[in-house]
Amino acid sequence: MPRPSARPATPQDDHERKRIAELRPATWANPEPEGRYPLVVIGAGFAGLAAAELAAAQGIKVALVERDFLGGTCANTGCVPSKAIIRTSRLYAEMRDAERYGAQVPAGIQMDFAATMERVRRIRAHLGQPNSVRHLAAAGIDVFFGDARFTGPDSLAIDGSTLRFDKAVIATGARPSAPPIPGLAESGYVTNENVFEITQLPRRLLVIGGGPIGCEQAQAFCRLGAQTTIVQIKPLFLEREERDAAQLLSTALARDGVVVRLNTRVVGIRVANGEKLVDLVSDDYHNTIAVDAILAGVGRLPNVEGLGLESAGVDYDREHGIRVDDFLRTSNRRIHAAGDVCLEDKYGHTAITSAQMAVRNALFRGRERWSKLVIPWCTFTDPEIAHVGLYVREANRQGIPVKTFTVLMHEVDRAVTDSEEAGFVKIHVREGSDRILGATIVARHAGDMINEITLAMVANIGLSKLAKVVHTYDTQAEAVQKAAQACSRARASATS
Amino acid sequence: MGTVHRKSARDMRSVTHLPTTPVDGSAVRSRDRASTVTAIAGWSDETLLENLERAAFEYFPLNTDSRTGLVADTSREHSPCSIAVVGFAFAAWSVAAARGWVERSDAVRHILAALRFFRDSDQGGGTLATGFKGFYYHFLDMRTGARVWRSELSMVDTALLIAGALTARMYFDAPSPDETELRELAETLYRRIDWRWAQDRAATIRMGWKPESGFLHYGWEGYTEAVVMYALALGSPTHLIKQDCYQAWTSTYQWENLYGRDFLYAGPLFEHQFSHAWIDFRGIRDRFMREKRSDYFENSRTAVYIQREYARRNPHEFAGYDENGWGLSACEGPTGSVVGASGAAWQGFGYAARGVPYGPDDGTLSVPAVLASLPFAPEIVLPALRNLLARYPEVLSEHRLSTGINPTWADPHGRAWVSPGHYGLDQGIVLMMIENHRNESIWRWMRACPYLRRGLERAGFGGGWLRRAADEEDR
Repeated sequence: MPRPSARPATPQDDHERKRIAELRPATWANPEPEGRYPLVVIGAGFAGLAAAELAAAQGIKVALVERDFLGGTCANTGCVPSKAIIRTSRLYAEMRDAERYGAQVPAGIQMDFAATMERVRRIRAHLGQPNSVRHLAAAGIDVFFGDARFTGPDSLAIDGSTLRFDKAVIATGARPSAPPIPGLAESGYVTNENVFEITQLPRRLLVIGGGPIGCEQAQAFCRLGAQTTIVQIKPLFLEREERDAAQLLSTALARDGVVVRLNTRVVGIRVANGEKLVDLVSDDYHNTIAVDAILAGVGRLPNVEGLGLESAGVDYDREHGIRVDDFLRTSNRRIHAAGDVCLEDKYGHTAITSAQMAVRNALFRGRERWSKLVIPWCTFTDPEIAHVGLYVREANRQGIPVKTFTVLMHEVDRAVTDSEEAGFVKIHVREGSDRILGATIVARHAGDMINEITLAMVANIGLSKLAKVVHTYDTQAEAVQKAAQACSRARASATS
Repeated sequence: MGTVHRKSARDMRSVTHLPTTPVDGSAVRSRDRASTVTAIAGWSDETLLENLERAAFEYFPLNTDSRTGLVADTSREHSPCSIAVVGFAFAAWSVAAARGWVERSDAVRHILAALRFFRDSDQGGGTLATGFKGFYYHFLDMRTGARVWRSELSMVDTALLIAGALTARMYFDAPSPDETELRELAETLYRRIDWRWAQDRAATIRMGWKPESGFLHYGWEGYTEAVVMYALALGSPTHLIKQDCYQAWTSTYQWENLYGRDFLYAGPLFEHQFSHAWIDFRGIRDRFMREKRSDYFENSRTAVYIQREYARRNPHEFAGYDENGWGLSACEGPTGSVVGASGAAWQGFGYAARGVPYGPDDGTLSVPAVLASLPFAPEIVLPALRNLLARYPEVLSEHRLSTGINPTWADPHGRAWVSPGHYGLDQGIVLMMIENHRNESIWRWMRACPYLRRGLERAGFGGGWLRRAADEEDR
């Protein structure tokens, strides 16, 4: 497995100094361990923090162990910096597209990449404050920095100290994985975790992988001005999503100027004259492109190495992570797991939710099942692609007859007035009923809009009832109401 | 060495009364333009359809290699053969013979030339062969039949070729030696297709295979024009696929309520048309359509109305879109970029399968796709056709419809961009769908095709003419 290039040097400005001081203070001295902790949490990303804070709020003494920055991937190298850069890139796209909004394209638009990244660092540092070691200590949490390693079923070692526990939650997260492409490591590449540390916009960027991360970053960097090519081995982006959503995304990326290479593999990379020469194969068509930087956004691997899981009797594998049951309990009954290290769906919200569930199940005799949750997710491209529940193909395979109520965003006034007509709301119901099975939304703010459907599914509210919920005019969420009204009409005509 | 006929329109006297427009699609003189509009406006619907159907037929003799019988993909110089267009040509010659436009023996001669060529063609699967495992490469050299453009061995295009051969087999039923040979050759070609191999052990039939890289790693999944391919694969007397293959194909169907109408989604119009050119889907239903209380014919009718509704709403504010200006399908459009009425900059997609409502859409309309919707919804197709011909008479050249027009990419005189020349697929589907609308010839012939019937029944179709045919057999 190739490893990413050496971490780009993050500019040590005030924001970065502040972040380090809050989230990984150099002067921090680990506390003296208590005799036996009711709860030890390994990993202080979104999942670990959520677990520790929930337990501490209930008066439980918690030890929290982190080997890098508090806040983990989401706060430091993932969701937060990603959304910040996406927003700036959107602004540049809108400036160039100003005539579409009845405005003049500003004269002499100049990309200021340093300012973009400075904003990323500022926001990252600001949002990191609630995760600071000061706040955690004030909440009564013992924070330990260092590499933790289980030494037995109820103990672990860190920096020469031993922490004993009644219960533990492993929340060590995941890291980027890069494909085993000959020459990739030697040529140098960045991942979603260190791409936000680069200080100069690459003139030509290759993004390997058409999953959520690859699509988000390809669009963002293209909008910032990099000549961007995205290579995807499958014939459509976002393999998991419905083909219409992927089709709209393909169109959007192409319109932004991203060179889209679907059904294409990277078979080799080499460096010549300071360029990275990338060999591509589409079926039997071979060609080579030259780029200045490569972003490998293919997938993520769980962090299970070096934890001494064998000593703790915790089953795992390197690809899928720690094995948990429906209650998020590992093969060691004292130990639960949460977040990316054990979940197939690796999102910030699943990390937090699973951590809280793990704590309730571990400490408060909870019997909450992961499989019972309704979990939405979103790819933050423009337009965004959000989904919850079943896909049609999944329902078909389960023998559930499905009917889909589709409302196109061009049917929604607010989408038209905002020139954001690309997209749709599709809500799948069980044929002959209004029971919501799932939904896909493609819209500029799909990630916000999907929550209404999620609520309806959790609360067992039929789609017809949503038709009676007064929605604010003029909002894009009216698309959900229109789909509900179509369902209501269909049911009325079926019974008349 | 054979000869590809490229006669000028002046040599073709069968369709009359229209000014001759340049085959390259260049702008017609305004006087000719006006007279074309006037002439068409004076025609009855029947005359209009007769002329367009016959002009579509004339594409085939004009663009066929006399020795191989292969038919060019387009009317442009150096166009290779598209095997699907050969399939449409088989049906076209059958219709032409039935209508008396050509001598029956002349039609048989043309069809036999192609069937014999395919029988004797190189089936070794090499990079310059004609086919493999009974399938054929998508594009072939007109004169030698060798694979060109490094094209894929195409499962669906082979199916369209064979559907055409079976159509001819059903029509040419005389006991003469030539017609007997025609029927035998059609069966021979059909029987040697190894449909099971084309699954590559996957749940569905793969989209293609290449000698350099093997199977394309995606299959025919989700509703498209490929129903006829599955029907033929299920009806094969030699290499039939299992019924669960058809179930796998339908498992990705999307039944949607869109613009207030329920339908099985497919974006481009041709996906709602191509299988219907050969198969009369009226009243016959597979399991999916039984559950939905619809049939594929009704579904295509709904799709046509949804196309019209999309154009009426015209979300991207493209020029020329309205309730009589619609038709998004596979066709050639412009390339480059243009700023539309909405202020948005649009990239032209060139040749692409455009679809409703999710796109891609760059303002290009396919008039042939509108006309090929005739059997489903004549009440909205004929007004749209007349409107498009009146607005854009330059879409007719050599009396035939160009594949694509784009009014948003207008020239400095305000005239729509028009794709030069003609595409064989357009002419084939136009001819067949006009014919089915006028007297159901192809549907009638293929309803009697035992292989097609068996394939449909194995796919789970029943009711309608399938039940009547079964009842007649029982009697």
